This record gives sequence, C-alpha cells and structure tokens, in this order.
Amino acid sequence: MLRITGGKVHDPANGVLGVVQDICIADGRIVPQVEGGRSIDASGMVVFPGGVDVHTHVAGAAMNFARGITPENYRKASPFIHTPELRAGLGGITPTTFATGYLYAGMGWTTVNEAAVPILSARHTHEELHDIPILDKSSLVLMANNEIVLDLLEAGEVERAKHVVAWLIWAAKAYGVKAVNPGGIVAWKFGKNASKLSEPVDGYRRVTPAQIISSLAGIIDDLRLPHPLHLHCNNLGIPGNVSTTLETMKVLEGRRAHMAHLQFHAYGGNGWGTLRSEAATIAEYFNAHTNLTADAGAILFGDAMTVTADGPWEHVLHELTGHKWSNVDVENETGCGIVSYTYKERSLVNAVQWAVGLELLLLINDPWRIFLTTDHPNGGCFWRYPELIRLLRDADYRRECLKRLPPKAQKRIVLADLDRQYTVSEIAIITSAGPARALGLSQKGHLGVGADADIAIYDENPASGLMFEHPRYVIKGGVIVVEEGQIRAVTQGREFIVHPSFDEQIEAYLRPLFEKVYTISFDNYPVAIERLAQPDIRACRP
Amino acid sequence: MPTLTLKEQPAVPLEAESLSPDVTAALALDAVRALPVYLGKRPQRVDDFFEVEGAAGDELEIRGDGRKIKWIGRGMTRGRLTIIGNAGMHLGAYMKGGTIEVSGSVMDWLGAEMSGGSIHVGGNAGGQVGAAYRGSLSGMKGGTILIEGSAGLEVGMRMRRGIIAVGGQVRDFAGLEMKGGTILLRSGAELRTGAWISRGTIISLTPIRLLPTFSYSCTYNPTFLRVYARHLSTLGFRIPYEEKDGAYQRYTGDAAVPGKGEILVWKPHAS
Repeated sequence: MLRITGGKVHDPANGVLGVVQDICIADGRIVPQVEGGRSIDASGMVVFPGGVDVHTHVAGAAMNFARGITPENYRKASPFIHTPELRAGLGGITPTTFATGYLYAGMGWTTVNEAAVPILSARHTHEELHDIPILDKSSLVLMANNEIVLDLLEAGEVERAKHVVAWLIWAAKAYGVKAVNPGGIVAWKFGKNASKLSEPVDGYRRVTPAQIISSLAGIIDDLRLPHPLHLHCNNLGIPGNVSTTLETMKVLEGRRAHMAHLQFHAYGGNGWGTLRSEAATIAEYFNAHTNLTADAGAILFGDAMTVTADGPWEHVLHELTGHKWSNVDVENETGCGIVSYTYKERSLVNAVQWAVGLELLLLINDPWRIFLTTDHPNGGCFWRYPELIRLLRDADYRRECLKRLPPKAQKRIVLADLDRQYTVSEIAIITSAGPARALGLSQKGHLGVGADADIAIYDENPASGLMFEHPRYVIKGGVIVVEEGQIRAVTQGREFIVHPSFDEQIEAYLRPLFEKVYTISFDNYPVAIERLAQPDIRACRP
Repeated sequence: MPTLTLKEQPAVPLEAESLSPDVTAALALDAVRALPVYLGKRPQRVDDFFEVEGAAGDELEIRGDGRKIKWIGRGMTRGRLTIIGNAGMHLGAYMKGGTIEVSGSVMDWLGAEMSGGSIHVGGNAGGQVGAAYRGSLSGMKGGTILIEGSAGLEVGMRMRRGIIAVGGQVRDFAGLEMKGGTILLRSGAELRTGAWISRGTIISLTPIRLLPTFSYSCTYNPTFLRVYARHLSTLGFRIPYEEKDGAYQRYTGDAAVPGKGEILVWKPHAS
C-alpha cells in the first residue's frame, strides 16, 4: 500500500490538470483510499501516469541484427554493471534487452508497443520482450506483404482473409496489426517498390496498395481489435511523399487507423535538393479527420539506427549514405532492412526532417491524436524523449536551435512561425494518456480508480528544460521501481495480446499452403501461449 | 620518471589502461602503485605485478616482457611512454598525442583508431596496426607508427589519415578498406595488399603481388614523396625518391569498390 501526497496530479484522461491531490495505491492498482503503508511526499513535484510508447522497436530479429552489425556503438554506450538487482547490459542506440527496460523505466515510461514483428520471428520477439524488465509490452504483427493474405485479396476472398488475419494474430500472440509499405516489400522481392497506391503490386494482377490498406483496415475494424490498423505508408522518406500520404488517408476515410511516424511521410519537393516540409498540409487534413491517430516519429540530431520492414527504402538510404546495410528476406511475409545513420544539423535534408517532426506535433491541434515518438531507434533513441519534450515546451529554445540549421533549410520549413508551447498536461497526453487510449489499454495512461498504478513523479522545475529526464520516483504496478535516480526494484511486466475469433476450419486451408511454401512446418509456426511469461489477453472491442 | 618493472608474467592477460602518462603524471609513486589493473575480471593493483621505482613525472617507463599486458597508453594525449621489452595488444589504442617508444615487439591492434602522436617499435608488431576496431567506419585518423620489424594482417585497415611505416614484411590485406593516409612497406607484403582501398597511398619499396583489380597508371617520381622522405628520414626511416636512382610505378584501384587509392612500387634503375 502506498499513498502519494501533495503532488500536482496531471491526469488529463480524468480531467485533472495539475491539481494537488492524493493518489492511493493497493494491490498494483489505484484505489480511492488506503490505510497505513508507505507515503511519498510529492510536494513540489508533478505526478504523471506512466509513459506509454505507442511505436518503438525494442525486440526481435531485426533489432538483434541491428545490434549485431554495430559493435562500434556499444563501445561508446553507457554500461549497466551487474549488481544483485540488475542484469548487465549496454545502453546506446540499440540498447540490450535488460538495459531497454531500465532505461525506459528510468525515464518514467512503463508501457511499450513493439511495432513490427514478422510472424516467423514472433517467438524470438516474445523471448526478448520477456527479457525487458519492468515494462508492460504489446506487439504488432506485420501483415501488408503477407503473400497468403495478398493472394486471398487478389482472389476477392476478403471473408477468408479476415479469418487468416485473425489466425495469424493469434499465432504470433500479437496485440494488433502493422502494415509496412503495403505491397512494396512484395515488389522488393522483384527488385521493385510500390510507389503508386492505385497500381497493381508486382507479382499480382489486381491487388493494389490502396486495396491492401482499405481491406486490412476493414478487417481490423470487423475483428474489433482494440488498436486500429497501424500503418507505415508507402514512399517513406521520399521527397514529395505528401501526396501518397494524403491519398492513403483518403483511402482510410470512414475507418480507424494509426499513422505511424508521420514525420517521415510529410515531405514536399521533387528531389533531395528541393525537399521541404509539408507538415502544414498533412496537419490540415489530419485535424479535420478524427478517424486517424498518429505518432510523430520525430528525429533528433545525432546517431540513430534505421531498422524497418521497408526493405526497398533501406536500400535507397544505403545508396544515399554508403553506410552499412543489411537486407533480410522473411519468406512469404515481409522483409527487413537495416542501415546505420547519423542525422546532422548541417544537412539540409536532416534539418528539414527535424523541423517536420516538431511542426506536426505543434500543428496538429488535438494532442489526443498525435503522440510523442522518435520511431526508436530510427529517428533517435527513446532515451532522448526529454530533449524532444523540451523543444515542444519552449518556443524560445526551439528558435535558438533553429538558428543552427543551414539558412537554406529555414526557407523550407514553417517552424519559426509556430509559437505554440505544450503545457505540462498536454505532455501527459502525448506521452501517456493519448497513446494508451489509441492502443485501447483502458487501465493505462490515467490515474483514476481502477487504473494500473503506473506513475512517474517529476520535480516541478520550470527553469530546467529537462524536467522529464530524471523522475524522482517511478511506480510500476504499485511497486516503486525508481527512486532518487536509482532502479530500486525490478519487476516482470505483462504482455498484452488479443484473441480475435476465427473459424477453426481456416487451419485446414492454411496447412497445405504451409507445407508447400514455408521452410518450417505448420505445427511449429504458432507461438504457444506458454511461451509468454505473463500474457494478458485483452478483450476485443464490443 | 616512474619506472615499472614487471615481476612475473601474469597467467592471463592483464588489462592496464591506467598505465599512461596522462594518468601517472600527476600521481605520487604510492598512488601509481595503487592504480587499478584488471586480471581477467578481477581488479588488482599495479604493484601486484610491477616493482614501481623512480620519481613522479611526465614520462613513464615500463620494463619487462609485457606481451600479456594489454591497453597500455590507451587514449594517451601527452608525455612519453617508454617500454624496454615487449607490450601486449592494443598498445596506444585511441591515442591522441605524446610518444610511445618500444624496444621489443608488440602484439595486435597497435595504435588502433589513434588520432595523433607517434609510436616507434624496435621489434615486430602483430596484426591490425592502426586499424579500425570491428564495426568502426575508420581506423587511425592521424599520427605516425614506425615499426622496424615485420607486422601482421590488416595493417592500416580502414585508416583515414596518418603514416604507418614498416621495415619488415607485412602479411595479407595491408591497407584493407583504406580511406586515406599512407602505408610504407620497406620489405613488401604478402597477398591482397590494398583490397577495397577507396583512397590513400600504399608505397612498397620491393615488388609485391597486386590484385587484378589494380591497374597500371604510370611511372614517375611523385613530388610529395620528397617531402615525406625528408620527414621520415628525421625519424630514421629512409625511402628513395631521387630520379637518378629509379622511379615509382603507380597502380590505381581498387576497381572492385570502386576506389581512387594508389599503390606505388619502387623500381630502381638497372645498374
């Protein structure tokens, strides 16, 4: 039992915006009242619901590959030394599993959503998620280039595709569905890409990216999944991709969807030399269409690691930079590309990208629909979120940073004209309440009675730009895990999964296909529920 | 000058990055004795392995067969480090300035990823001299490494700037993925010299086997070599450059990358 007294509580989901009130905790949840137990004096501090990362990459085969090809990053990374409480690990750009848990919790984040899991590496991903301590986790399974699903769409068998999708979600023990460059990775296997939404995908006669997007969004709505289609649009990172992004959002009209790392999809111009921000165009459309949510995918200057299922894009990036590149083919499901990358202030392209991320966060009016991410580790590491928060809260600081960008870049962006500054409560929305709601995690992101007792307590010190860097206390499931900057307790988090209903007969359809095209047998394909340390099966929406 | 004399060869490698003039210059002898070194994963004291004598000072001398002592002079920026005997792996790695003088031989990764300063080795060196550590994009970025004896594999791998001069023969892959700088080979090299070189110069004073992806460009006496030769002669390392003695055959490559590197092979006039 625990009582937090005297802190200014920011619980926007319950309309509490900086009000001094007590929070009581018992049995890992927030309760109206407790008798006895420890009391934390949070006077002069702000009390937040624990952070929720709606889009991050922290586990699985691709991350492991990225770790493997960058030993040089670990030589520079800060180490976690083995102690009786902590496992050894390394931070840096792609932190090791245990370090990932310590670093997120050390910053006040308590729930993360691993955003891209091929079904074939789902077992591996769950093993790694198990080794990320403290945090609650969920994962999204890649579907928009799954050839079994695409073959069914080609044949017009949407109903059967729905059962296959549901079966695959349960096979991967996933929480939702991610679509990456729909059709583009199928085409990549022919050395091509899918850059036009309305043209058939290479290898297919009828299926177009637009059709994949609308079918998957429809299927997910029909399955009543808690989180809508999580979409990485076509033409990520390409100058002029704003038209593709707008077209995609139009395809999604009338359906729910989450637009991932929107920053990478809001560029104008027709080449690298003419790249400009189209954040305002995207924001205008987005503000008027409430069926959509998005995360920023902002970039921060410095070293990063680009890891995505979008194989063709990573090849473009490799050709541009000459940096080391890996390409992975994941049988009939997806692909994966990895390129190490450094965002530089003096680069025109990187300067525009930096501005676009911030512009989207500032121009999209409703903080409940745009969330703070850097698409870790693609745009920057998650442990740099406090830097991003400072940029959002302080327009003067932002303008100081702007001065360091190349003069040419200043003409391609609108950031200098934006005066908006995020309030502390709005930060609580974009880091916790909003993403929790978008993920459909009703017990996360707020501090109402019955919510999970995931709480971050920060010093309220407006003079410090980085007030969110070092929480005074972090409480996860009612346990004080961080106190005075030290990890005090290491708990095992849960894994949220869904079990959408499907026709059991679908296995009879899938089995012969597997025997024919997969390298592993059908019976070895699904991840058994016993593999997950603490599975928490979430109900689908009513 | 503190003088450290190795008492006996440690059973497993000793990691001694504290043995650097940067660390010892400001310390009294007793503090030098108490510096940490790692025997495997166990922290120990310098005087568990060395007799420490002399007086405090900017220079540091290490005596004995230190072939199992790793990381001596790591990241050093100033002062003088003299080794009477041998040194182990990673000697002078990441070094930025100062001088290292070794009378005997050293193991692998000599001066790896160094950016300044100079290293002189009287005996032989192991592999990966001035190289990039695994995964790093570039190796040595400045400074000078002179080796009187031979050297091992991947000398100057991914180096970007600086000079490596080797008196004896070097083994395979000298200048692998080199991006700049100069490697001087007085007694030639084994196979695949300059593989994947994108920029930089490899000079051999004896004929070497070239990869098929290098093409002959011309025979000449480069002007810059006069400057190099004068500088190197002050370090006791002589290279020919006079037209009356001969000329350099220039080969460009590596066409497999494709790169703009060069290999210069000295061809004396027939006498």
